Amino acid sequence: MKKAFGPLLILTAAMFACAPFLIAAAPYEATMGLVQKIFYFHVPSWFAMFTGVFVCGIYSAIYLFRGTPAADRVAFASAEIAVVFGLMGLVTGPLWGRKSWGVWWQWDAHLTMALLVELIFIGYLLVRKYGGPGSEKLGAGVAIFGMANVPFVYVSANIWRTVHPPTSVVPTLKPVMAGPFWFCVSAFMLLFALLLMLRLRLENQRAALDALYLEEE
Amino acid sequence: MFATIALLVLRKDVAIEVKSREILYTTLFFAVSCVLVFAFAFVKEGRVIEDAPAGILWIAIAFAGTLALGRTFERERYGETLRALLLAPAPRAAIYVGKLLGMILLLLVAELLLVPLIALLFGAAALFARPLLLAGLLLTGTVGFAAVGTLFAAMLVRSRTRDVMLPILLYPITVPVIIAGVRGTSALLQATPDEPAATMWIALLVCFDVVFVTLALWTFEPLMTE
Repeated sequence: MKKAFGPLLILTAAMFACAPFLIAAAPYEATMGLVQKIFYFHVPSWFAMFTGVFVCGIYSAIYLFRGTPAADRVAFASAEIAVVFGLMGLVTGPLWGRKSWGVWWQWDAHLTMALLVELIFIGYLLVRKYGGPGSEKLGAGVAIFGMANVPFVYVSANIWRTVHPPTSVVPTLKPVMAGPFWFCVSAFMLLFALLLMLRLRLENQRAALDALYLEEE
Repeated sequence: MFATIALLVLRKDVAIEVKSREILYTTLFFAVSCVLVFAFAFVKEGRVIEDAPAGILWIAIAFAGTLALGRTFERERYGETLRALLLAPAPRAAIYVGKLLGMILLLLVAELLLVPLIALLFGAAALFARPLLLAGLLLTGTVGFAAVGTLFAAMLVRSRTRDVMLPILLYPITVPVIIAGVRGTSALLQATPDEPAATMWIALLVCFDVVFVTLALWTFEPLMTE
């Protein structure tokens, strides 16, 4: 883990430096023009966010049933990063929506689900911060329920109404657009992994420090 | 064994409630005052905004439910009986089911009052046009809301900030119940009740109930272990 960090950092930085050039070189989309280019950062940030949500949910379940504190630290670190990427998605989405739909926000399946998952995980962070002793378990419960909730919100909001471009646009991208798109997705995933490693290191050191204090007493 | 314990927990809660009626009266009063507050927001020049009665009904249920959830566990904490309950040589999940049944019962009583009240105050007599479908929506929605709520309220008993945390955590997670409940009810409120839509929402609620009751049964034991 530690050895891989340096090279990964350089690779991710290089990829983020190249990304704007690749995006600029990609052709304009026929109807949306320049605004469509937001998509190269908007969709990857949701990819990273949902990776974070599932990592958090799965590690929370491991923590709950095995009681390993290390799994709890992964879940906590991952939830924090998921919220950050979610905020990125929530900021870039309305910028596009304003141009495409003429309004900043639409009560659509994807948007409702994204906002709710973001809220659930902000709730998770609030519990971890202000829940007092025992908040690890509480948080684990929230994360598992939050993860299980994703499909329900999606289905119910989808029946309710939808205007967001269907997710099926991703596999049917033209090769000239798919190249930069998947490049950006990998850059975001690497960034996610890097941030998780950093955040986890901090949590581990905090836990080690607590253990040392306990020993001292 | 499992069912016996669940029913015993339920009987205990009902017996306490029948004696004091504290949670029932406060919840009912709170639900009614919720409805009144909404009347100021959704009645314009003497006319009710379309679909408002469905929304008012479900929001009143969710708000009153949160209040009741907080109170039931507060009582256990106050009497320091939760530990005794958890120490009992019984499957923990049975205790959860007992508490859940008590909560569902209480909310159903509140709905018995809320539905006619809303039908009367907002001219929504159409609520009674398809009584079975409405009952189905209310029952499945209540079970889903109470299943998540009971688990979270139980988890939060030990937390210092439980009063704030319960609504913060409960509302985002129970949003599917609110969407399905409100949409299903407003489908029934249309000039010609949209039966297929209501049935579809009931089906979604049943799926929600099954998944979340299972999850709660599965996680109650590790979550309540200190």
